[in-house]
Formats: sequence, C-alpha cells, structure tokens
Amino acid sequence: MESLQAFWDMGGYGHFVWPAYGVVAVVLIGLFVESRRSLKSAEAELAALAPSKAEDTDDET
Amino acid sequence: MFHRFANPARFLRFAAVIQPWIAGLTVLLFAVGLYLGLLASPADYQQGETVRMMYVHVPSAWMALFCYTGMAISCGVALIWKHPLADLAAKATAPVGASFTFLALVTGSLWGKPMWGAWWVWDARLTSMLVLFFLYLGYMALNNAFDDPGRGSKASSILALVGFVNVPIIKFSVDWWNTLHQPASVVKMGGPAIHASILSPLLVMGVAFTTYYLWVLLIRIRREVTANKVRALQMRQASRGEQ
Amino acid sequence: MNGFLAIVRRDLRLAFRQGLDSLMVVAFFVIAVVLFPFGVGPQPNTLARIAPGVIWVAALLASMLSLERLFQTDYEDGSLELLALQPVALEITVMAKVTVHWLTTGLPLIVAAPLLGVLMNLPEDGYMPLMIALTLGTPTLSLIGAIGAALILGSRRGGILLSLLVLPLYIPVLIFGVSAVDVVIGGFSAKPQLLILSGLLVGALPLCPWAGAAAVRQGLE
Repeated sequence: MESLQAFWDMGGYGHFVWPAYGVVAVVLIGLFVESRRSLKSAEAELAALAPSKAEDTDDET
Repeated sequence: MFHRFANPARFLRFAAVIQPWIAGLTVLLFAVGLYLGLLASPADYQQGETVRMMYVHVPSAWMALFCYTGMAISCGVALIWKHPLADLAAKATAPVGASFTFLALVTGSLWGKPMWGAWWVWDARLTSMLVLFFLYLGYMALNNAFDDPGRGSKASSILALVGFVNVPIIKFSVDWWNTLHQPASVVKMGGPAIHASILSPLLVMGVAFTTYYLWVLLIRIRREVTANKVRALQMRQASRGEQ
Repeated sequence: MNGFLAIVRRDLRLAFRQGLDSLMVVAFFVIAVVLFPFGVGPQPNTLARIAPGVIWVAALLASMLSLERLFQTDYEDGSLELLALQPVALEITVMAKVTVHWLTTGLPLIVAAPLLGVLMNLPEDGYMPLMIALTLGTPTLSLIGAIGAALILGSRRGGILLSLLVLPLYIPVLIFGVSAVDVVIGGFSAKPQLLILSGLLVGALPLCPWAGAAAVRQGLE
C-alpha cells in the first residue's frame, strides 16, 4: 500500500508526471477512436450507396 | 515495389492483412514501454522522477518531426509521380503529426514547470515545436479550404514542401535567437547525457509511438479511400440523375 | 526581360491608379507601432528596448496585409490565366508580381521606418542597421508571401488562412532582422545577421518564384 502511495507520489512530482501521461493517453486514444469512427461512418455511407456491390467497386477507383 | 501499392484496392487488401499485426505490436510495445518507464527504471540522479516524463515527451517530439518528414516526402511523391496513395498518406498523416506536436508541447510544458519553475520557457526546442505546430495547422487548414478536395491536396502539398525546406532554417534561427537571449545555465531539455537506464524505456516507447502512428495511418488511409469511393459514386449518381 | 518589365509596368500603373493601397499599408504600419506605447507605457527606456522588435513585427504584418491581393484580382477577372498562357515563363510573371509588391509595400515601409524609430525612441545607432536589415528582409517577405498568396487562390477563407500559412515562415527573417538592430545598439557588428539576411534573400530569389509559379499553375487548373 505504501509503495503504491510512493508510486503515485513520484517523489513529489506526481502532479506533473501523471497529467503528462494522462494527456498523452487521452490524445492518442481520442485520435484512434476518431479515426476509427470516421472510417466506420465512411464505410456505412459506401454500403448505403452501393448496397450489394460494396466490394466490387474496389477496383474501379 | 513502388507502384505496387498505387492501386487503392490492392492497398486495402494489404492493409487488412497487416493491420491486426500492427495493432497487436502497438499494444504490446506500449505495455512493455510503460512497465519499463514507470516501474522498472530508476529515477534519474539529476532530474529525479520527472525523468519519466521524457518517455512520453521525447517520442512525441520525435514523431512530430518524423510525421512532418513523412508528410513532406508523400507530398513530393504525390506532386511528382501523381501517386494517388501518397496524397492520401500525406492527408492522413497531418492530424496525427499535429497531435504528436501538441503532446510534445504539453508534456514539455509539464516537464518545464518543476525544472524551470514556469509552464512555458522560450526554450529553443519548445519554440521550434510550437512553430512546427503552426506549420501543421497551416497544412490542414489549406487542405480543407477548397470545395474541390483535389485542389486542396495539391495546394497543401506545395505548402508542405515549402515548409519542409524551411524547417531547418527556422530551427537554426530559433537556436540562434535562443542562445542570444538565454543564460547558458538553463537545463536543456533532454539533459546532456542519456543514461543507459533511460535509454531502453525511451527506445521502446519510441518504437511504440511509431507503430501507433502506422496503425492510425492505416485506418485513416482506409477512411480516405472509402470517402473517395463514396464521392465518386455520388457524382455518378448525380450525373445519372441529370440525364 | 521585356515580359517581366511589361508586367511590372502594368501592375505599377494599376497600383498607382488605385493609389491608396500603398498608403494604407504605411498607415497600418504606423498605427500598429503607435499602439505599443499605449500598451506598455511611454517610458523612453522601455520603448527603446522593444523598438526594433515592434517595428519589425509591424512591418511583417503590414507586408502580409497586402499579399492577399497579389494574385487575387487577376485571378478573379481572368487575366491571370492570360498571363499564364503568354510565352513569358510563369516564374517571371510571379517574380514581376513580387517586385511590384515590394515596390508598393516594402519600399514605403522602409521609408516610414525612421519616423517610427523616432516615435519609439530607437537609439541613434539603430537607424542604419534597421534600414539595411529592412532593405534585405522585406524582399524576402514579399517572395515568401507570394507562395502563400498563390496557394490560397480560389479558397474559401483567403486572408486569415494566408496569415496562418505565411507568418511561421517569416520567423527567420524577423529573428535576424531584429537581432541586427539589437547587436549594433549593444555595440557589436551586425555583419553575421546581415549576411544571413542576404543569404535568405539569395535563397528565396530563385526558389520562391518557382514554388509560387507551381502554386499558381495548380490554382488555374
């Protein structure tokens, strides 16, 4: 328990170290989620436009 | 090799094969990197525990430059050989690179507070990162400023190349300006000597950031390819409607 | 060369007919600098300390202000396409446009700068390097700006976009321009700074018209 406390405290610099890791995590995960979501919505749009042959159109572009 | 991936369809098939591997590798590398960086490595004798911020700050800064280089190369390839995927790769890289630059700035600022006693110091590296951030913003703004996406990508490609030529000049002038205005006693970011205990988590995190970039890049290129298809289909349907 | 001079003459005539544009740029330059004593207080020492930087930043902004129109009017009335079709290389045309931009904005700024030096209590030693640095720096600003002006042709939000594109690229000129004045006031020689400013100009002279012409070409497609 005590070592967890020390780990969290980071030698007194915990409130600089953890926000740094936090903001990196938020931005990287956020960017990933946003990229993925926009891919899915583009794919959904494509499927709506060409319901049956969404795969066939691959070679035309 | 070069033109093998020019065909978006072939690229999509290739991406589908490689993406799970990159995803797995990214997760694994982040797990190892975080373990090494937060638990297994000792605190630095000079910087204490704040050295742990280096493990996210330095890779972010690396990737900020790496992405800009990659973007400029893709833009050059797109302009000279009209390679369709290079264009999409450049467009897909920009937001990722801008995010890394932003992270380098924020983590640098968080590192600077205990080290320099201020959230922002006009340190040469931080200042260069800030300018790089503006270059990314300019690229993305120009890319989105046209009704015709083809125009946007061409104009922003030229801008990326102009910016790329300017990056060393800006870096040089910022360094010059910095040495004029700052006492030499200020701790330089990154420290003078990189210890072996710092090096291994740093490298692992650096590779993790790179594979993360590749992962997101694949997703974003797939998105661009799909969006282009949607646009082409819509145009076709619209022209069919007019007849 | 003849084609170059013909375009310069044509654009200069157009600029003089509109007349006020150059004056507006100078007026902006003066007003922007005059704002600073209100912002930081009128103490002569403070003003003298920031004078080179303030004058340079204002010159940068003033030079940028008129960039949007560099190709825009010709683009809108279609004469840019005619210019591109002429036997004269587009690079020469761009160079001519840059020359006119410098003659109508850079040059008036250089002429107005000593007056602002007086208002900002610039130390006497600073005038010479300020003039020389502006003479070497403002053409570079026009050259770099031409690329930006060509890139935004036909875009949705021209002016603000232009500042985002161009200002980061202006930073080296600003740094060495200000530094040239500062070191002379501090009692040193400004030779390295002025050499670097010349180097930037010499580098920009062939590269910028080339890139600008490429940008105009894709804008006309």
